[in-house]
Amino acid sequence: MKPALAPSPTTPRFRETPAIARRHRQEVIARRLLGTTLILSLVPLFAILIYLVWQAAPVLSWGFLVESPRDGMRSGGLWPALLGTLYLVGASLAAATPVGVLAAVYLNEYARPGRFSRLVSLAVINLAGVPSIVHALFGLGAFVAFAGFGRSILAASLTLAVMSLPVIIASTTEALKSVPQSFREASWNLGATRWQTTRHIVLPNALPGIFTGIILMVSRTAGETAPVLFTGAVFYKSIAGGDLFAYSLLDQCMALSVHLFTVSTQVPNVSDALPYAIAVVLVATVLGVNALSIALRVYLRSRKNW
Amino acid sequence: MVDNILAISDLTLRYGDQTALNGISFEVPRFEIFSIIGPTQSGKSSLLRILNRTIDFNADARVSGSVLLDGEQVLTTPHVHDLRRKVGMVAPLPVGLPLSIYDNVAFAPRLAGVSKRADLDGLVESCLRQAALWDEVKDRLDQLGTRLSGGQQQRLTIARALSHTPDLLCLDEFSIAIDPVTTMRIEEVLRELKTKLTIILVTNLIQQARRLSDRTLFLWNGSIIEQGTTEAMFSDHPANSLTYDYIRGAFG
Repeated sequence: MKPALAPSPTTPRFRETPAIARRHRQEVIARRLLGTTLILSLVPLFAILIYLVWQAAPVLSWGFLVESPRDGMRSGGLWPALLGTLYLVGASLAAATPVGVLAAVYLNEYARPGRFSRLVSLAVINLAGVPSIVHALFGLGAFVAFAGFGRSILAASLTLAVMSLPVIIASTTEALKSVPQSFREASWNLGATRWQTTRHIVLPNALPGIFTGIILMVSRTAGETAPVLFTGAVFYKSIAGGDLFAYSLLDQCMALSVHLFTVSTQVPNVSDALPYAIAVVLVATVLGVNALSIALRVYLRSRKNW
Repeated sequence: MVDNILAISDLTLRYGDQTALNGISFEVPRFEIFSIIGPTQSGKSSLLRILNRTIDFNADARVSGSVLLDGEQVLTTPHVHDLRRKVGMVAPLPVGLPLSIYDNVAFAPRLAGVSKRADLDGLVESCLRQAALWDEVKDRLDQLGTRLSGGQQQRLTIARALSHTPDLLCLDEFSIAIDPVTTMRIEEVLRELKTKLTIILVTNLIQQARRLSDRTLFLWNGSIIEQGTTEAMFSDHPANSLTYDYIRGAFG
C-alpha cells in the first residue's frame, strides 16, 4: 500500500486562496492605472506638436526660414528673429558656461565644507527659482542702464547668462558629485594637487553631465521672452535674409519668442497660419538642441571609463 | 643603532571630540615589513592617512604630536605633494583610475614632469614587473585599468604606488577584495620589494602579519597595546595578555 501522505495526482498544488486572488486584482489595477497616467502625460506633447505643424503647414517652407518679414510682418520669413535667438543664446552661453562651470568646480573641489559653502549652495538653488521677469528688470538696470550697453544683444545675452548661471552651477555640481570620491583620493595619494586631480581625473569624467546641463539650459534660454524684451529685443529689425553675420553685439535684434508674441497680439490682419509657423520653428529649435544633448550624452556615456 | 625610516612620537588624532589615536609612539626600521594589526575602528587607516597628510582633506581632523619621515617633519612640512610621492598608498578596495593601464602607472610620473615616451615606457614596464602584473597585461596596456579583475587591479594600484619611487609603501588591507591565490602572489611581491623599500602593512588577517612581517604593532581603540618583533608577539607569551587573546581569536 502506498503511504497515505502522498498527494493524489489530481490535487492542485497551487491553490488560489482569496488573499492571493485579491493581490492579483490589485496588481492588474496598479498596472492599468500607471499605464494610463503615462499615456495622459504623452498625449498633450504629441497633440501640441501635431496641432502646431498642421496649423502651420500652409506657411512652412525653406524660404520662411531664411527670408526677412514683409508687409508689416504679415508675410515673408522670420530670419532676423531666428538669427537673433541664435546670437542671444550663443552669447549668453559663452558668458555663463565658463563662469558657472568654474564656480561649481570651486564649490565642489576647493571650498571647505562648512556653513559658508552650504549658504552659497542654498543661495544658488534659490536663485534658480527667481522668475525671469525679475531677472529682466535686473538686466535692464545693471546692463542696459548702469553698464551703459544700451538695449543690445550684449545686454540681453548677459541678462540671460545671469539667469542661467545658477542652473549651470547646479547641474555641474551634480555632475561633479557623480565622480566617485575614491578617484580623487587615489589621485591625491599619488601626489597630485587639487588642480591636477580636477583637470585630469574629475573634469573628464564629469563632462557628460556638465554638457547635458548646459544644453538643457540652451533650450530654456531660447524660449525666454521677458528678459530679452526688456533688454534688447525689438519689434522689427531689417537685416539681409540668410546673412549669418547681420548683427553686431551692440545691435538690437529680433528674437523668436518676442516675434511670436508681437505677431500674434500686436499686428492686425495676420494670416492664421503665421503665428503657428513661428511656434513650430521655436519648438523645433528647442527640440533640436535637446536631441543634440541626448546624442552627446549617449556618445559620452559609451566612452565612460568605469 | 637601528636605521629608522619613520619615527612617531606622542601622535594624537581627534575627529571633533572623538579621539581616534591616543598619543601613540613607535618607530619603523628601514627595509622591513611592519604590520599594524587590530580590530576595525582602532585607528589603523587614520594613521596611514596621517603619514601622507591626506588626513588634511577631513575638515574635523585635529592632529598633534610628531611624525618624522626620513628626518623630515610630516605634520608641518610645506611640501605636501612631495611628501605624498615619498609614501606609496594602496587602498583596501582597488581603485583603478578611469584611465588606461599604461596611463594609470604613468599618471604620477607625468605629474612630476616626465614626458618622454621612452622614459615613461621603461618606468611603466619596471613598475608593472615589480607588481607581477607585466606578463598578464603587456599586450593590452591601452585597455582601461578599471576593466581588469579585482586581483589584477590591486596589483595595478601597487604598480601605480611604485611609480613615484616611494621610500615607504603603505598597504591598507590589500587582500580584502581578492582571492587567496592572488593574495599569495602579492605577498611574494612584497617580500621582494622589501629589499628596496620599507613596507607598512595594515591588516585584519593576523596570519598574514605573521607570515610577512618583521615587526608587528597591535593597535586597539587608538592606543598601542603592544609592539615588537613578530616572533615575540606571536609567541605563547607576549607581554600583554590582550595580544595573546586577540591573536588566538578570543576577541576582535
